[in-house]
Formats: sequence, structure tokens, C-alpha cells
Amino acid sequence: MNVFRIAFAYARRRPLATVLNVALLALGVATITLVMLLSRELEQRLVREATGIDLVVGAKGSPLQLVLSGVYHADVPPGNVPLAAVTLLARNPLVQQVIPMALGDSYRGFRIVGTEPAFVAHYGASVGEGRVWAAPMEAVLGSDAARAAGLSVGASFTGSHGLAEGGGDHGETPYRVVGVLAPTGRVIDRLVLTGIDSVWTVHEHHDGDEDHDRDARADQAKPPAVAGTSPAPEREVTLALVKYKSPVAAASLPRAINAETVLQAASPALESARLFTVFGVGTDVIRGFALLLIGASAFGLFVALAQALDERRYDLAIMRTLGARRGLIVAVLLIESLLLAATGLVVGLGLAHGLAANVGTWLPAAAPLAAGARAWHPDEWGVVALALGTGIIATLLPAWRAYRLDVAATLADG
Amino acid sequence: MFSLNGIEHRYGAATVLRVDAWSAGAGEHWLLAGASGSGKTTLLHILAGLTTPTLGTVIVSGADLGTLSGAARDRWRGRTVGIVPQRLHLVGALDVRDNLRLAQYLAGLPDDPARVGDLLDAVGVADLARRFPRELSQGQAQRVAIARAVVNRPALVLADEPTANLDDAHAARALLLLRTQALATGAVLVVASHDARVHPLLPRAYALPLRPETVAAPGVAA
Repeated sequence: MNVFRIAFAYARRRPLATVLNVALLALGVATITLVMLLSRELEQRLVREATGIDLVVGAKGSPLQLVLSGVYHADVPPGNVPLAAVTLLARNPLVQQVIPMALGDSYRGFRIVGTEPAFVAHYGASVGEGRVWAAPMEAVLGSDAARAAGLSVGASFTGSHGLAEGGGDHGETPYRVVGVLAPTGRVIDRLVLTGIDSVWTVHEHHDGDEDHDRDARADQAKPPAVAGTSPAPEREVTLALVKYKSPVAAASLPRAINAETVLQAASPALESARLFTVFGVGTDVIRGFALLLIGASAFGLFVALAQALDERRYDLAIMRTLGARRGLIVAVLLIESLLLAATGLVVGLGLAHGLAANVGTWLPAAAPLAAGARAWHPDEWGVVALALGTGIIATLLPAWRAYRLDVAATLADG
Repeated sequence: MFSLNGIEHRYGAATVLRVDAWSAGAGEHWLLAGASGSGKTTLLHILAGLTTPTLGTVIVSGADLGTLSGAARDRWRGRTVGIVPQRLHLVGALDVRDNLRLAQYLAGLPDDPARVGDLLDAVGVADLARRFPRELSQGQAQRVAIARAVVNRPALVLADEPTANLDDAHAARALLLLRTQALATGAVLVVASHDARVHPLLPRAYALPLRPETVAAPGVAA
């Protein structure tokens, strides 16, 4: 016999109230933790994907769209810009590196990015199998793209127009897979890489194709192509990632680019922070709702304990006659409440991590966020404190009444 | 074994209990007689250290209860006094066996399942060990309450109206059980009762008058 067994015996005696209060608390804990895990993973991903990219330059338009399309590959790009403007920017003394990208086509939903091998180096990716592209129409696949599309070195495929599945096929210009990248955990895993000239080649064949033009307007992503059929075509790219030579560049370069060139400069750090502020409102609402659930469970626990105390006054009195100190009586109530709170906490945390780990099955777009479920979020200690605090606060008044219980009077009025 | 001297207990201005002197020797079995409202339960609570009298000294088993602090008195009570309350008050969340083990635990004594088993056997409810109190009849619950009162081999066993809801046969059996168990541990037994059926079953009696403020000295019966 010990205080835990006594507390457990009482909790077991009122199974419905016990289950209800545990369930309320577990739901509150699960909601608050799930939001925490997913939004942290989202925030970390936003930051991680933007690491090392000081600016994205592209066509004038929405800077957020530029960042979403160029860094996160989550939106269509605003349009194309002359390659010459990008090349000029690369010669700016404040700029360390410019990586041009040509977007617009995809293969089974994976974006085809025409770029330079520096792009692979920027993401810290290494070639797991095969080699980097060297000639037009050679492609290197990110690990996720290769696995999902079932392509390996030596295979060939044709890109389709647009960034989603179902666009027109570029059947006459197939790509040949020459390499597959090792997994990095970054967005490059889901890309198909090739040389910029490959993208140009594909679209030369399409020049003047009306069907193609209609597709292009539909998703705003006009693949960089050779303008006109003149013998000296003006080459275009979609956007470029820019790395500063020194942080000083941040003060003047973006403004200079926006004011003096045909390009628009957007900072991933600024734009993703702006984006996260927007998400923040949503997560705050969910968090508020979760706190409401936890508050309801605290109240439920309090009511259950207060009611139980009325039924249990004689039990407590008899325990005192059997030699129990006042403190032990309080401990029984406190442990009972904490037992329920801890059960709700464990169930809730398990539920949150379980749901987060399987987020892809109920929210396919959020599938990459499942990685957040594996780690313990430091803020979860806050949830632990909140749940156990709930258990303690719900006990305070009943415990005080139990402490002050007049044993003789209680036994006498039997 | 215990002695009460100059005890007076008041609620507000009203004196509800007065005991000039009452003492009991080791192993004695007493009836505490008196009509309802004469203060029998209060006097039992004073003997158990649950109620501190307004005036007077209470010495039980060599301990002066007036000098014990709250926690020390709880501890002392758990080991020295066994109580069979009027409404029995078994702990509903625990089964019969655990009600007895609870008494061992709360008194700070080691868990002794053998003692619990022997005792349940001795009071005739061994087969009910895993039942919960709500599944017991009044007579069975009383046997369990008696077993719980003596499980820690207390020096003093107090029973409050143990025959209140029992028929003649059960009343006699309950008294016999109390006396047998008190005898087995050598405890002093005090049975508070206004039940005339109990009077012939106990060798000694102390009678409380109904209204102490109108009576100078309480009578002592043989």
C-alpha cells in the first residue's frame, strides 16, 4: 500500500469522469503540441532553404512570389528576365556569386531547373550516382524525384510544360539521366536539374507553338526561351540566386537593383519572415483553442475532485484516524490529480507526435513537415509544465479543504 | 493504561462533556454508557486524540496527548489506537484486504499480508478479502471494521455504538468479536453504547450523565 495505489484506486473508481478529464487534457496538449511541431518545422525549413541565399532576382512583380518560386519552389515565377542583366549583376563588386535558373517545365510534378553546377554545390549536395550534367539534355535528379519517378542513371524522360502535372509534353526533346544526387533534406531533393541550355533547346522546338503559349500564360511561368527566331536571339533566364560578397551589400544592393535595372531583388529572409507572420495569426488561433481545451480540462479536474471530496470526506477522516497526517491526505489528492494530468500529457504528446509523423496522410501538402515529429521541441517542456500545473491548480482548493477537515466532526455526523 | 483528569469540553459557552476522573488498567474492557447526546462520541475522540478537550489532561499508554503536536499525534494514534466508528467507514475505493493494509501503511508500519490474512480469517471474512465495501452486508462490514481496528495490535480499541443497526444475535456476536480481538492483542477496549443489550456483556462501565452542566459529578457504575 502507498499513496500512489490509494490515488489510483480513487481514479479508477470514477472511470467516466477520469476518462473525460484525461481526454480533454490530451486533446488540448495534442493540439498545442502539433501546432508547435509543425510550425517549428515549417519555420526551420523556411530558414534552412534560404540559407546562403541573400537575394533572389527576377522579373518585376511580387517579391514574395519571386522567393516562393526561386527558393522554395512552391509558386510559379513572375516571368523571365534577359540573361544579360543577370550576367551584368554578377560583375557587381558587391556580389560574390550569381546562380541563374531557368524554370517552367516539370516531370511528374517535379520541377525541371535549368541551372549551373554551382547550384548543386550551393545546396551542399553530392552526386550519389553518376555525374553532374555536362551537355545539353543531360539531367541530374534529386533523390526524392529519382525515387518517386523511378528513374535512374541511363533512363530518359520528357519534360512537360508547366509546373504541375498534366501540361503539354515536350516529346521530341527527351532528357537523359546522367546522375542522381544523394539526399540532402533540402528542396533540391525534389528537383530535376539540367543545364540552362537544355531548357533553351527544349523551347526552341516549341517556338511559335500556340498551345504552348496558352499554357505559359495560364501559369504565369513562361519558360525562358529564345526570343523570336532572329539569328542572334536574346537569351532569357527566369531568376537567379545571389550571394553577397559582404553583409554591407544588403544596405544598398537591393535598392540599386530595383531602381536601376529590369530586375527585381527580393530577400528570402525578409519575405519568409513576412510569410511566417501571416501563418502566425492562424497558429495563434489554434493555440488559443488548445489553451481553451486545457482550461476546460483543468475545470473538469477541479469539479471532479471537489465532488469527490464531498463523497470522500469520511474516507479522509477515517484515514486520519488510522494515523494519516494532514500532508498525506493532501498528497493523495495531489497525486490523483497529477496522475490524470500526466496520463493526459503523455497521451496528448504521443498523439501530437504520431499525427505529425503521419501528417502526409491527412495533409499531403505538409508531408515534408513530418520530420518535425522525430525531435523533442524545447517548448514541449512548456506543455509539460502547463499540463502538470493544470493538475496542481485544480487540486489547490479541494486540497485546502481536505487539509482543514475536522476529523472528529466528520466522524460524529457520520 | 489511560487516565482522564478534570476533563471539560465546551462548544462555545455550553459545556458538553465533563469527566472528573476516569482511568482504566491494562487489558480492561469497558462500557461507556450514556444516552444519545451525552458526549460519548466526543469522549472517544478525546481518548483517540482526535479532539483536544477544553480543559484537563489525557494520558494514554504513558503519552500526555496535550503535549503531542498534530503530526506526532496522528502517528501516535495510528499505532496506539484502533477505532471502530459508528458508521464503519470502510474506504470504498479499496477492497477489504487493502482496507486493512491501508491501516498498516497509514500507521507507518510495514506491510504484513500474513497478519491481514490471519485476521480476516479470525473474524470470519477471509472469503471476502477481494470484495469492495459496497458489496458487503452490514454485519460483514462491521467484521472488517473490527479487523481494521485491531490490525496494528493497538493498545487501545475504541468502538462507537457497534450494535446500533444489528439484531440481537448479531449484536451479541459483534461484542464477542470485539472482546475476543481486544483480548488477543491485550488491548484496553472501550465500547460506547446506549444499547441496553450491550450492558451485560461488558464487565466494567463508565456512565456519562445526559447534561453535564446540571450534574456536579458523573456517576461511576460498577
